[in-house]
Amino acid sequence: MKIALLGNPNTGKSSVFNMLTGLRQHVGNFPGVTVDKRFGTFTVQGEEHTLIDFPGTYSIYPRSKDEKVVYDVLSNPKHPDYPDLVVVVADESNLERNLFLFTQIYDLHFPTILVLNMSDIASGKGLSINVPELEKVFRGSIVIETTAKVGLGRDRLLKAVELISADKNTETFLPLAGLKDPDDLLGQEEEAEQRFGLIRKVIQHVETKGPSSRNREQHRLDKILVHPIFGYLFFAAILLVVFQFIFAFAAIPMDFIDGSFAHLSAWLSSTLPTGLFADLISQGIVPGIGGVVVFVPQIALLFFFISILEESGYLARVVFIMDRLMRPMGLNGKSVVPLLSSVACAIPGVMSTRTIADWKERMITILVAPLMSCSARIPVYTLLISLVIPNETVLGFFNLQGLVLFGLYALGLVSALIIAAILKFIINSKEKGFLLLELPTYKSPRWPNVGLAVWEKVRVFVLDAGKVILSIAIILWALATFGPGEKMLRAAAKAELKAKELHLSADETEGMVASAKLENSYIGMLGKGIEPVIEPLGYDWKIGISLITSFAAREVFVGSLATIYAVHDDGDKNRRLIDRLRLEKRADGTPVYTMASGVSLMIFYVFAMQCMATLAVVKRETKSWKWPLIQIAFMGVLAYLGAMIAFNVLS
Amino acid sequence: MSKALSVIAPGHTVTVTSIESSALKPKLMEMGIVKGKEITILFKAPFGDPIAVDVHGYILSLRLDEAALIQVDLIGKEEVFA
Repeated sequence: MKIALLGNPNTGKSSVFNMLTGLRQHVGNFPGVTVDKRFGTFTVQGEEHTLIDFPGTYSIYPRSKDEKVVYDVLSNPKHPDYPDLVVVVADESNLERNLFLFTQIYDLHFPTILVLNMSDIASGKGLSINVPELEKVFRGSIVIETTAKVGLGRDRLLKAVELISADKNTETFLPLAGLKDPDDLLGQEEEAEQRFGLIRKVIQHVETKGPSSRNREQHRLDKILVHPIFGYLFFAAILLVVFQFIFAFAAIPMDFIDGSFAHLSAWLSSTLPTGLFADLISQGIVPGIGGVVVFVPQIALLFFFISILEESGYLARVVFIMDRLMRPMGLNGKSVVPLLSSVACAIPGVMSTRTIADWKERMITILVAPLMSCSARIPVYTLLISLVIPNETVLGFFNLQGLVLFGLYALGLVSALIIAAILKFIINSKEKGFLLLELPTYKSPRWPNVGLAVWEKVRVFVLDAGKVILSIAIILWALATFGPGEKMLRAAAKAELKAKELHLSADETEGMVASAKLENSYIGMLGKGIEPVIEPLGYDWKIGISLITSFAAREVFVGSLATIYAVHDDGDKNRRLIDRLRLEKRADGTPVYTMASGVSLMIFYVFAMQCMATLAVVKRETKSWKWPLIQIAFMGVLAYLGAMIAFNVLS
Repeated sequence: MSKALSVIAPGHTVTVTSIESSALKPKLMEMGIVKGKEITILFKAPFGDPIAVDVHGYILSLRLDEAALIQVDLIGKEEVFA
């Protein structure tokens, strides 16, 4: 059977899903929309069933982009995901609101199982539900109680799936309700009024209230966590811990991955028979994959923390205390998580804007998210800072290099907020923003859910970003390997001859040849082609090449410079690269990499939209090329002007 | 005397008398804010906006201009943070 899993948000729906399917789950897309479709299988009495997890909703009528899929599937018997049976997960401690969705589905005549989940919380609140009576009200359905986070009630649920009749139920709860058009708001309001009227009678009949012990602790926590001072302090402390992990501790696995891929490349190029194909693998594909995998530790860690915060119920409080601060910028309390995520990588950041129901606030969040300095910028920042910023102490105890790095992050954040405030006046929207948000009860995170959430984000990043980064890496490899006519070969031969004259070692010769080839390749020509454009920023064509290759991923900038300057990769690449870059002179004898051109480059990297993978995701999320093009344009203008001003002021 | 939910101070319990027609109305109703519903104002975010209310069993946060759509009757004061 095809079974749909539906329910309100915060009902432990994913715990029920995980409890039934365990690790036998996959993620796909609902046809035609970008909403993730989680589905899994489980077996009852030798029969295999498919369980499809739908986004959490309060109603079958869509109020946000994500929720639309529920209506689309349930209203269309021809839909490939149209279910034979619907399992509705309800929060037992909050039955009235949860029964609203359940009765809507019941009235669509699906065979239904009602799962009263979180019965532990309900009993903590002193509530108990008369299950047999409830079953009498909803004839044809089965009602069971579970505490899915600890796996309690799994057998009951499996038994219910076995016992339920697969025939359409012919009963109705609210007579003559019918399915309304999603745009028929008046009809929906009328229905809601009547439905709640009936539900309230049911509740009076089946619910018994005893003394509650739970609410007080919860309120005490809220008193601190949304406090005007302690609330923000606590959030700041959380951020500090999260970023400590992302930046300091993630560096260890990242260095390892980086090193491993470099070794693999080197090993492949020395082992494989020389030729174009070997080159493609060792210099195009392997570094391309490495460039994707290297970000996995940071993304995994970030989402590990975010999903713990979400699971515990705290994230909703962050939205609550940040909403007012974000609103003048046209943003939403819910923009905080996407912007934070973008510090690791804008791709999961842009994807996590789907929870923002308001179209305009969501667009603004998407547009400014890539201005947050992501982890791919770190190698660029680090190289440039050690190159042009003196390592000295200022104002007593601040390290100047650290201060500049901090400044770059701050520049990204502040400009994201300013641009958002400007976009607020530019983007037109008839819709008014809203933030109706349930503040769920605090509870300890369920680790399987956290693990699966992290796995999901990493998977999406590797596949989505990976596709784009890898293909760009291959294109760039081709542009760097081939050149027009014989020019490239002649240049290579000349370089080899010169190396021989200078009695250089094999490695050094190889470096010189590679550099000469690159200069005369298509990408070299491109770099020279854009030189007049980037000259006002203080860059030469060699930097131009590196700017172009950065479109694969920003950190490729460093590797490109290393190739151009024929610096051999020996593990301590940056040191030698920096020494080499310091020697680089212009035609008039002045150094290329000065404080002015270095800072100009850093500012360029803060602003420029150089990540094709992000652009592809923005295109997918906004469903048009309009927004990614606007994004690349305004960020490009910012980068160019910002870099030009910095260069002229400093030189 | 009917008042907007947005002007009620934390600690008070009210009943919903009406919701102003808007695109948000069906959403509010689906979340349980219907005529006759008892709700308690729990606390406000720093800067006074949004507010958090107890809608019989769960906590809902709404912005002040969303709360302004909801007309309520005051029925009593309850010390929430006792």
